[in-house]
Amino acid sequence: MTTRIDTRFAALKSEGRAALVTFVMAGDPDHATALDVIKALPAAGADLIEIGMPFTDPMADGPAIQAAGLRALAGGETLHSTIDIVRSFRKGDSETPIILMGYFNPIYIYGVEVFLKDAKEAGVDGLIVVDCPPEEDDELCKPALKAGLNFIRLATPTTDEKRLPKVLSNTSGFVYYVSIAGITGAATPDFGKVATAVARIKMHTDLPVAVGFGVKTAADASAIAKGADGVVVGSALVEAVRKSLDADGKATAQTVSAVTALVSEIAAGVRAVKK
Amino acid sequence: MTIQQTLNSFRTGPDETGHFGNFGGRFVAETLMPLILDLEKAYTEAKADPAFHAELASFHTHYVGRPSPLYFAERLTEHVGGAKIYLKRDELNHTGAHKINNVLGQILLARRMGKTRIIAETGAGQHGVATATACARFGLKCIVYMGAVDVERQKPNVFRMRMLGAEIVPVVSGSKTLKDAMNEALRDWVSNVEDTFYCIGTSAGPHPYPMMVRDFQSIIGKEAREQMLEREGRLPDSLVACIGGGSNAIGLFHPFLDDPSVAIYGVEAAGHGVASGAHAASLNGGRPGVLHGNRTYLLMDADGQIAEAHSISAGLDYPGIGPEHAWLHDTGRVTYLSTTDSEALEAFQLLSKLEGIIPALEPAHAIARAVEIAASKPKDHLMIVNLCGRGDKDIFSVAEHLGGME
Repeated sequence: MTTRIDTRFAALKSEGRAALVTFVMAGDPDHATALDVIKALPAAGADLIEIGMPFTDPMADGPAIQAAGLRALAGGETLHSTIDIVRSFRKGDSETPIILMGYFNPIYIYGVEVFLKDAKEAGVDGLIVVDCPPEEDDELCKPALKAGLNFIRLATPTTDEKRLPKVLSNTSGFVYYVSIAGITGAATPDFGKVATAVARIKMHTDLPVAVGFGVKTAADASAIAKGADGVVVGSALVEAVRKSLDADGKATAQTVSAVTALVSEIAAGVRAVKK
Repeated sequence: MTIQQTLNSFRTGPDETGHFGNFGGRFVAETLMPLILDLEKAYTEAKADPAFHAELASFHTHYVGRPSPLYFAERLTEHVGGAKIYLKRDELNHTGAHKINNVLGQILLARRMGKTRIIAETGAGQHGVATATACARFGLKCIVYMGAVDVERQKPNVFRMRMLGAEIVPVVSGSKTLKDAMNEALRDWVSNVEDTFYCIGTSAGPHPYPMMVRDFQSIIGKEAREQMLEREGRLPDSLVACIGGGSNAIGLFHPFLDDPSVAIYGVEAAGHGVASGAHAASLNGGRPGVLHGNRTYLLMDADGQIAEAHSISAGLDYPGIGPEHAWLHDTGRVTYLSTTDSEALEAFQLLSKLEGIIPALEPAHAIARAVEIAASKPKDHLMIVNLCGRGDKDIFSVAEHLGGME
């Protein structure tokens, strides 16, 4: 089974550059604006798109993504409407891979089988579900693979040599290396350590390795792109959304362009590194 | 109950993957997974080490003041005119609640693991005070996460924790209460993986916490069993305890789960009433979901977003419940009832006036249902109610609800 994610990484490899993976929150600050932002991402330089599924209790996220989720929920976003975003996006783009990222409870309540079917039909390619480690693979990971979706696992600085094979089993699409032991949007990582960790993971798998957490600027992106197959940027984009809002927290004429400008800048950082 | 009849024992859980039936598990981020596996290993080793148990027992005797008395509440019994009501007096423990039983176990374990920095979440502040106390005793750094709303409504405990040398971090994310304090503690743990031990205050969270906290709290039930056999020459006929996350209740219940003659009642906080939507009764008003590392009954909306709980008692104000209680509920072994804010306030006053014991608002929930159940039972029915905390911390908020102290 080849997914859009596999195709995209293979194409970029032959182009000789890393992928830019962009994260934005579905429904932030409202459903229509989030859809406009997501539609504008590929032209701005995003190679893959992660769409956050808002959750009240995002235990691995820092203040920026927590706040984005709460803005989206306050605006009425649900998991059903998040899948609608993907459906709308696919009408104009059949190639850019879409990954839904979030926490298990909303999916569990939606119903795992129905969710997987709806997500696949809408044009979702992969899932990142933070609180489903390999120990709970029967819950979502295995059903997702069976439904034809990639299940992208997080590897972290605490994932040692002994545990790595367990994390990599049942992982597909790519491996998401979390650059720091911490929450999203926290400290800038030590790029040397990240390069070593990525090299170590690559000894265990042929899957592409993308690196996220703490990437804020084009320079950060260049530094990561040297060793990794992909660079993930999330909190910085979500912050760009927040800063563009008016005093009532509503979207403005600048919201979409604030995000696309930052994506273009970071994309230039990724593309400057030839491999 | 058909499920009950087919099970040989209710005391063998969880299984090796941390599940009580369909509940429990380890739903945590990968960063934490190696940490909870380490913790499980360390706890398994400690559990098999007589020296660990001896050290804990010594602290129970000389520091906490255990065993706590099993007290015959004569005037309450007379007033009710039914079952003979005994109170398990865990409110007499050092720090004023059952929380210290669990904290000492976890802190001794943290020391064995070489951890030097202890983090905890707290709602009413009782678990925070117990953790700060044990950290002071052992010279460990202590950081307590507490919802900003709770910091405001539980000021005496905030002061206590500061006196004991703990750092209090008011949590301003989400709904600014206990569930958010737990999120923030998990975020701290993810960010400080080397030196930090997360001391969870209730029988919830990822495996092995629900099992470990239950084991440490089971001292309550073990003592109560021996004390009742000594006093009355037989087992009690019923047990009653309040439930937030459920650690005092599982501590009392667990040693009796395989005694079919013992009826067991857990009491949730019904706030303004389960039908009102403003309550903390996860079993009576929620459904199964996944939060804070385990599958259990939760309060949530149709989209799986976690709802805010409401209770007059900050210690019961949590939208979930320990996974073992979820399982005991589904198997039918334990009956789960609920008590509203106003019923708890009445019981609070009743016990104060009849027995000279001011209970915490949490066990006042248990007293309210216990009195009702006892009234329908014969005089030779023996009942134990877990008095898991004292009411000193609650007198000001109770005074506010009752219209002031004249």
